[in-house]
Amino acid sequence: MKGWRPPAPFLLLLPAVLVLAAVVIIPLILSLYSSFTPFRLTQPASLYTFVGFRNYARILTDLEFWTAFGRTVLLLTVALNVEMLLGLGLAMLVEKATRGQRLLRTIMMFPMMFSPILVGFQFKFMFNDNIGLVNNALQSLGLTNQAIPWLIDGSLAFFAILVAEVWSSTSVFAILILAGLLAMPKEPIEAARVDGCTPWQTFRYVTWPFIMPFAYIAMTIRSLDVARAYDIVKIMTDGGPAKRTELLWTLVSRTAYADARMGLANAMAYVAILLSIVFTVYFFRKLSAARTQIAAEW
Amino acid sequence: MATVSLEKLVKRYGSLEVVHGIDLEVADREFIALVGPSGCGKSTTLRMIAGLEPVSGGNLKIGGRVVNDLPPRARNLAMVFQSYALYPHMTVRENMGFSLKIAGQKPEEIAPQVEEAARTLDLTHLLDRRPSQLSGGQRQRVAMGRAIVRQPDVFLFDEPLSNLDAKLRTQMRVEIKKLHAKVQSTVIYVTHDQVEAMTLADRIVIMRDGYIEQVGTPEDVFQRPHSKFVAGFIGSPPMNLKDAEIADGQVVFANGDRLPLPARFKDRVTAGQKVTFGLRPDDLYPTGHGIHSGEDADVHRQDLRVILTEPLGNETLVFSDFAGAEWVGRMLNPRRLSPGEALPFCFDLSQAHLFDRESGRTLRG
Repeated sequence: MKGWRPPAPFLLLLPAVLVLAAVVIIPLILSLYSSFTPFRLTQPASLYTFVGFRNYARILTDLEFWTAFGRTVLLLTVALNVEMLLGLGLAMLVEKATRGQRLLRTIMMFPMMFSPILVGFQFKFMFNDNIGLVNNALQSLGLTNQAIPWLIDGSLAFFAILVAEVWSSTSVFAILILAGLLAMPKEPIEAARVDGCTPWQTFRYVTWPFIMPFAYIAMTIRSLDVARAYDIVKIMTDGGPAKRTELLWTLVSRTAYADARMGLANAMAYVAILLSIVFTVYFFRKLSAARTQIAAEW
Repeated sequence: MATVSLEKLVKRYGSLEVVHGIDLEVADREFIALVGPSGCGKSTTLRMIAGLEPVSGGNLKIGGRVVNDLPPRARNLAMVFQSYALYPHMTVRENMGFSLKIAGQKPEEIAPQVEEAARTLDLTHLLDRRPSQLSGGQRQRVAMGRAIVRQPDVFLFDEPLSNLDAKLRTQMRVEIKKLHAKVQSTVIYVTHDQVEAMTLADRIVIMRDGYIEQVGTPEDVFQRPHSKFVAGFIGSPPMNLKDAEIADGQVVFANGDRLPLPARFKDRVTAGQKVTFGLRPDDLYPTGHGIHSGEDADVHRQDLRVILTEPLGNETLVFSDFAGAEWVGRMLNPRRLSPGEALPFCFDLSQAHLFDRESGRTLRG
């Protein structure tokens, strides 16, 4: 065959480009496009009606959306802080262990091995107002004689979800911070002790700056995780009662599949992704600043 | 400024005892070097003094006060680590001022002290750099600066020059000596390098397997080693140490070769006694090429065959064959020698040592 032959690099990259296009680029463009249409799953033809920014304008004024948005940010903030503190504590305890540290490390990772769906079911049972472990324990200890409606009251349900979330993911922080502690050279800590530091000052001025990058890596991972929180909530409360635990993605999925309003749901999803991007950028900035500070070589 | 006393100091890890009740008195403003091979307990001892390792038994006193159970911060000492142990996230200035900041001093009080120390150590132009931007020698100086700024009672050095190259090490050794002359405080210096110990210390403590073998001035440990171990450890190249037996008033080596019994050991050995004979390379030299003229009474002359030479410029180390073994001699004003050449040698027996072969202790009174 004569004439033009595509250059070799182009040919070699073509399969990868095709696969990427099929599984990422086209769905992305399609979903972005559909967020500018009143697309309903039940009326396929609606995909061809272009309505511009009408979906987005609607979201901007939608109280339900912003409540879910705010609740997601709140969950993210509280969960990350609690997990950070608990993870730090756990990591420091495990680091102190002179025997069985490997075993402890493995045990520490157990919660990560369970599917979030199962974690959801487990905590749904534990927080059940009639047969749940939590109420049972509280009543046996004589702390209350009422059946506390954990999953029915809005803020209690939020708390219950938070507990499940923290339980399942504290180990992300613990593992990463432990890695930081183990990688840390011991001499600066000894130097600090000789220099007159109390244990707290040693932690504050020497240990903490060193493990900060590791904490930020955990924060980045977990902020993406919590920002797309869906499974645990879906199982435990399904956004209820009366949407009082609705998070961004439970709302998006309800809009998309229960209400079949795919166009609107896609618009919501794009706004939700913005949230994730903002958090990621924020934590990466922090991470790179912390890395420069300890002059890390990675 | 303070004295440091170790009284029957013991360190145990579980059932394993690594320091076996050692006694040591360090005078105020004294420069003491702890030397010994790896695993002899010198670093552990230093870390006990620093408070980084708990004391398992005995007493540790600094300035007359028992400090066994005091945390490092209550002991007012400064330590320079082998790996420098600088705080990577702080600038040189912050590193050096850190202990003062922790002690609650105000920034305006800290600044002049840090700058003073930086001037002493020639670090002024590096004050705003991070440790990662410094060379090994510069980091070492920062670590020393951090120690000086504290104005501690006692300076502890844990093999501070081991990570430097040979040239820099010599240079820093001089710096440390000058520094001690200037700040005039008690120094305890751990090293495995006997040259560092000899050149720096007022007194040297030689440790082995958790015991102190000998404490003495550099001249003491060099000229009057208490044991075979000290004799072999101090001095470079090491002392020639060969097993022998006493017979007919002579030192008889395994292959039958003999040396006259050194005069000063005449009354201290008995026939048939198993000994180790020791002679420093300085005291074994080709005739006319020694530190001494070789005209003294107690010199034994013998022709030896040269195996190998190591020319060092101003002198040559001569490895020669005697008593079925290799002996190192030192040739001053060297001339070229070729292997296999036979040469008249002087054994300066007035400087020779005899050790009991079993116990390794010196047989000298």
